[in-house]
Amino acid sequence: MKVKLEDLSKHFGSVVAVDGVNLDVQDGEFVALLGPSGCGKTTTLLMIAGIYKPTQGEIRFDERVVNHLPPKNRNIGMVFQSYALYPHMTVFENLTFPMRLQKVPRPKMKERAESVAHMLGIGELLDRKPGQLSGGQQQRVALGRALAKEPDILLFDEPLSNLDARLRLSMRGEIKRLQLDLGITSIYVTHDQVEAMTMADRIAVLNGGVLEAFCPPDELYDEPRTLFIANFVGNPPMNLWETEVLQENGTYHARNKDLDVVVPPERGQKAAGRGQVLVGVRPEDISVSDQGAAGEVYIVEPLGRDDLVNVNVGRVNVNVLADPELGLKIGDPVHLQFNAHKVQFFDPATQQSLLWAA
Amino acid sequence: MTWKQRLSSAIPVILLTILTIPVIVGYLWIIISTFSTRTYGLVPVDREGKIGGLTLRNWAFLWEDKNIWNVTLNTFLLAVLLTVGVLVISAMAGYALSRISFPGRKAFLGGTLILHAFPSVTLLIAIYFILRQIGKIPVIGKGLPVIGGFGYDTIGGVAMVMVALQLPLGVWLMKGFFDGVSWDMERAALIDGCSRLRVWWEIMLPSIRPGIAALAIFTFIGGWGAYLIPYTFITDQERSTISAYLQSLQGDTAPVNYSNIAAVGIYQLIPVLIFFIFTQEYLLSIFSGGTKGGT
Repeated sequence: MKVKLEDLSKHFGSVVAVDGVNLDVQDGEFVALLGPSGCGKTTTLLMIAGIYKPTQGEIRFDERVVNHLPPKNRNIGMVFQSYALYPHMTVFENLTFPMRLQKVPRPKMKERAESVAHMLGIGELLDRKPGQLSGGQQQRVALGRALAKEPDILLFDEPLSNLDARLRLSMRGEIKRLQLDLGITSIYVTHDQVEAMTMADRIAVLNGGVLEAFCPPDELYDEPRTLFIANFVGNPPMNLWETEVLQENGTYHARNKDLDVVVPPERGQKAAGRGQVLVGVRPEDISVSDQGAAGEVYIVEPLGRDDLVNVNVGRVNVNVLADPELGLKIGDPVHLQFNAHKVQFFDPATQQSLLWAA
Repeated sequence: MTWKQRLSSAIPVILLTILTIPVIVGYLWIIISTFSTRTYGLVPVDREGKIGGLTLRNWAFLWEDKNIWNVTLNTFLLAVLLTVGVLVISAMAGYALSRISFPGRKAFLGGTLILHAFPSVTLLIAIYFILRQIGKIPVIGKGLPVIGGFGYDTIGGVAMVMVALQLPLGVWLMKGFFDGVSWDMERAALIDGCSRLRVWWEIMLPSIRPGIAALAIFTFIGGWGAYLIPYTFITDQERSTISAYLQSLQGDTAPVNYSNIAAVGIYQLIPVLIFFIFTQEYLLSIFSGGTKGGT
């Protein structure tokens, strides 16, 4: 089922939680709503579920406007961060509760619950109560409850946030695989950009109730449309500093008092002659070398596969991912090479990208 | 353990023992006196003042006074009516106040709190007139089976008044318990296909079972021991309650047999004690005000 949000807004009193969001989710697509807490992503999700009524705009399932359809008539499956299992019911009763309300015949109900339980590996837990299950198991039951009713749309509200890191990793893969196999249109709310990047077909970035971008993960990473996205997406985050872009003898330089980076002309020319701009380079696009900009190691954070090295170049401070075998220590003098093909430029006033204007 | 440690741990015990002695002695006296002709301190004595004089005379009301069974039944009926009324209304109002935003919600919450602080004695006369008026309505006033009706001098009327006076506490308590149930669970139920009423009945009520149990016990005990309102608004001996019966034993003219009163008092206490032994776990949860686990 397709989901379409048209100019969707939600106000709580004078607070604007969601502000004119347009979103077009294809049938069978997995879309992540990404943003920091309070950005309106959960509000958007609850509007799709029918819990909140939009202040303005329309929600369409396929072509049908569903603004006034109560949640129970939308055939949605939803998984919550807190799992929201019914504590007084067994796992089996939890799984079959939506079907019981739909008056699905008993044998069919049992069959569906058992097949879902088997699929999620909770077959032997059917007689237990939620209180007797671990967090991971409760999460599976919650997912099972959403799936067993055979919904047209699956909604996820930060479903993995309460799990430990290791379990989160494996559940991430499982949910992704399950969604692919079942082909159910899914909308997934998260504040974790790694989750969004790894699972979603397309990511909608929300900031302050406004949709900042809606594009596939690679595009979000390589072509950030706004300063907010550049800052928010990517771990460790992109290095940003103020500079001026100048043309000298056919080459473009992003230069300030401390640092001079040669940038490719197709990117440089869009930022040249604009006075002060913000330049952005990801930590993995900077390398420690024998030559290049001279700086001093300020701090070293070992991440295992890499060292995250924080280097002061004059007054510019950049993060660099370096090979741990270099054995860098605090205070070491280093030289930095910039992979300028992936350099980004932003207008500090409008916060928009100078390269990928919408 | 050294002597000092022993002493420091013994001091609170000694202090608490001293403080509780008057209460314990009081209960001891009641129990002893119900089986004695007279008492001298805690010692049972006979008419001449010699030790002895044990008797079952004080308990004779159980088989001699037929009215006691009537009164017991009435008290039970009143307590049950009160409990059911308070529970049903509090559970619904508490849910609405906890979950639904409607105009006047804050004022309503504040208002109930003030009502709770209002001493019911001051309302007696006004309630008397209202009950008299209700009593004039045919059937509902005084013609219903079992409860008698909702007018003056009926158990139904007294129960109604007591429900009204208990509601502020009940509503606040239920609201508190509902507040403790996560919104996500309610949303999940709505998405799973429940109507609002069904969410309340199938999801919310089972989640706050400890709270409901606590309120039920609290109200039942309150109704069982109620004195002022039943005594004021029921004049007919046939329809009165145990507390009022107890009062009737202290006539103004005849000498009062305190041993007899003590026996009736214990008789009234026994069901509550039994009830309490089985339900104290729930009763304590009224003070914790949450539904942790909830299973």
